[in-house]
Amino acid sequence: MSVIGQSAPSDVDDNSASEQVVTPVVRRSGVDRIFRSVATSSGVITFILMGLIGGFLLIKGYDALKVAGWGFLTDSEWAPDQGGKFGIAAILPFTVQIAVVALFIAVPVALSTALFITEYAPRKIRRLLTAMIDLLAAVPSLIYGLWGLFYLQPRLITLSKWMANHMGWVPFFHVNDEYGTSLGIFPSSTFVAGVIVSLMVIPICTAVMREVFSQAPPGEREGAMALGGTRWGVVRDVVLPFGRGGIIGGSMLGLGRALGETIAVTLIISPAFTAKWSILDQGSNSIAALIALKFSESSSFGISALMAAGLALFIITLLVNAAASTVVSKSRSGSSTEI
Amino acid sequence: MTSIDITSTATTRMSSDISLLDPGHQAAGLTANNVSCWFGAKKVLEGVNLDMAPGQVTALIGPSGCGKSTFLRTLNRMHELVPSATLAGEILIDGVDIYRGAIPVTDVRRRIGMVFQKPNPFPAMTVAENVLAGLKLSGLKTTRSERDDLIESCLSKAGLWNEVKNRLGDPGRALSGGQQQRLCIARSLAVSPQVLLMDEPCSALDPTSTRRIEQTISEISETVTVVIVTHNMQQAQRVSNRCAFFLAAENEPGRIIEEGPTKDIFTNPRDSRTNDYVNGRFG
Repeated sequence: MSVIGQSAPSDVDDNSASEQVVTPVVRRSGVDRIFRSVATSSGVITFILMGLIGGFLLIKGYDALKVAGWGFLTDSEWAPDQGGKFGIAAILPFTVQIAVVALFIAVPVALSTALFITEYAPRKIRRLLTAMIDLLAAVPSLIYGLWGLFYLQPRLITLSKWMANHMGWVPFFHVNDEYGTSLGIFPSSTFVAGVIVSLMVIPICTAVMREVFSQAPPGEREGAMALGGTRWGVVRDVVLPFGRGGIIGGSMLGLGRALGETIAVTLIISPAFTAKWSILDQGSNSIAALIALKFSESSSFGISALMAAGLALFIITLLVNAAASTVVSKSRSGSSTEI
Repeated sequence: MTSIDITSTATTRMSSDISLLDPGHQAAGLTANNVSCWFGAKKVLEGVNLDMAPGQVTALIGPSGCGKSTFLRTLNRMHELVPSATLAGEILIDGVDIYRGAIPVTDVRRRIGMVFQKPNPFPAMTVAENVLAGLKLSGLKTTRSERDDLIESCLSKAGLWNEVKNRLGDPGRALSGGQQQRLCIARSLAVSPQVLLMDEPCSALDPTSTRRIEQTISEISETVTVVIVTHNMQQAQRVSNRCAFFLAAENEPGRIIEEGPTKDIFTNPRDSRTNDYVNGRFG
């Protein structure tokens, strides 16, 4: 008797020493072997690319990192070419602030849009909206930046002022009193940059969430309807639990985009190098915008410092995505459903 | 014959004219008058007249594609969920038309529950939460003790209580297929339906689970009218009081060929096609 599998059942193990556990042999056909190697090498390339980018940034930024030491994480100013200190203690928080503002707006909007498209919209509108969203995702960020700078910002700062006046008790919306009521301090702020970045993030988040929601199992939907469920009941008890992974995944994809957004932020902000809680008043920054602004005017040491900043952005994006994929893998995803 | 635009009359207004937790609720009779169905331009069902008497089990039998599942889904307005589906005729529950807005569609589906071919417990919910899902879905508030009572009584009625009473916190999907299907029956019973529609509820189950579900059907049929679609002739004979034989000739919509007491359909059918089908000569 032979037993196929990793281990033989233990109750027959003792009395029959002659039993040999068989290791199943798999013979792959030619086509299978070719496809397997193509797929494997594509997978390997992803790893290599990640390693190459990280390694490149590390090597290029090493000179600056060596000079700055831990100060790179604690210094706020940026004067590597003047022989001064430089660090990401201000630009990193600014970067995160812009991204958080963007997600704060984008996630609820994207979630509602995706639910409207999959659950409520008539079929014609559904198709039209889906196409529009995809189109919006394809608009270059420079266009968003220009439109945001010249059209949206002059209008948006009225809202900034209102928030500063009425919600100033929230630390994020607090503005120094001496300027409190003049519109002039509100442009080029973290808030404005965040709002404009949110416009770029919304289509991406929406596309991912819509895709996942539309795959909610029909069997479960019908089960919920047949119990007398309302539309909202079906959304809450079937679609949202099913789409949790997609909601998180879509948001994280948006966060990655928001953290790295360059040109629109560069156009909007006026660079600041002192971290602050307030998001409404003038002055903000981001790692990507800093690199874009300083790149052409930096010496080789200055560029090394920028590379180090880029490395910080790279690592943060990786961490965010790793965290996201952990959350997604722990929640129920579409693949675990049979229906 | 006028075709009803079912989507426009789909009222989703909440109404509280039925007490959900009322234990004294009565099985209701369903009547189909001259029901025809289309998917787009294709007519799949024509002129169906059928009385499903209160407290009785009615079996719908017939070969695949004869429209019996479609007919079943018209009985609680699930038919209209398919885009392009239309319908003519009327379905009455205790004499009230369910399609013309007299009863909100959510109430129609609550009063006329449904169990599907494939067990579909909600995977994000525990066994207990699955039983209570109908209450949550329709936004009904209940007290803790009402909920506990309901969980036990519904699971007992579905013949599942003894197997799961210590596993109420497990996910619904952790149960076996037969248990999942009984959980779905318990879930349907929790909103006190007057009618329960079953669309081949045992087709994915082993014989033991099938037997358990058939027992459940005969137990609940005192308080709930049951309409069951089945391909299993023995099952139809075991569980039903009345039987309706559906048949669709090639390129024609399905019709009821013969309808009557189950005994007559199986032992003394009037139509030769019924005789052929119940004796396994086609289908």
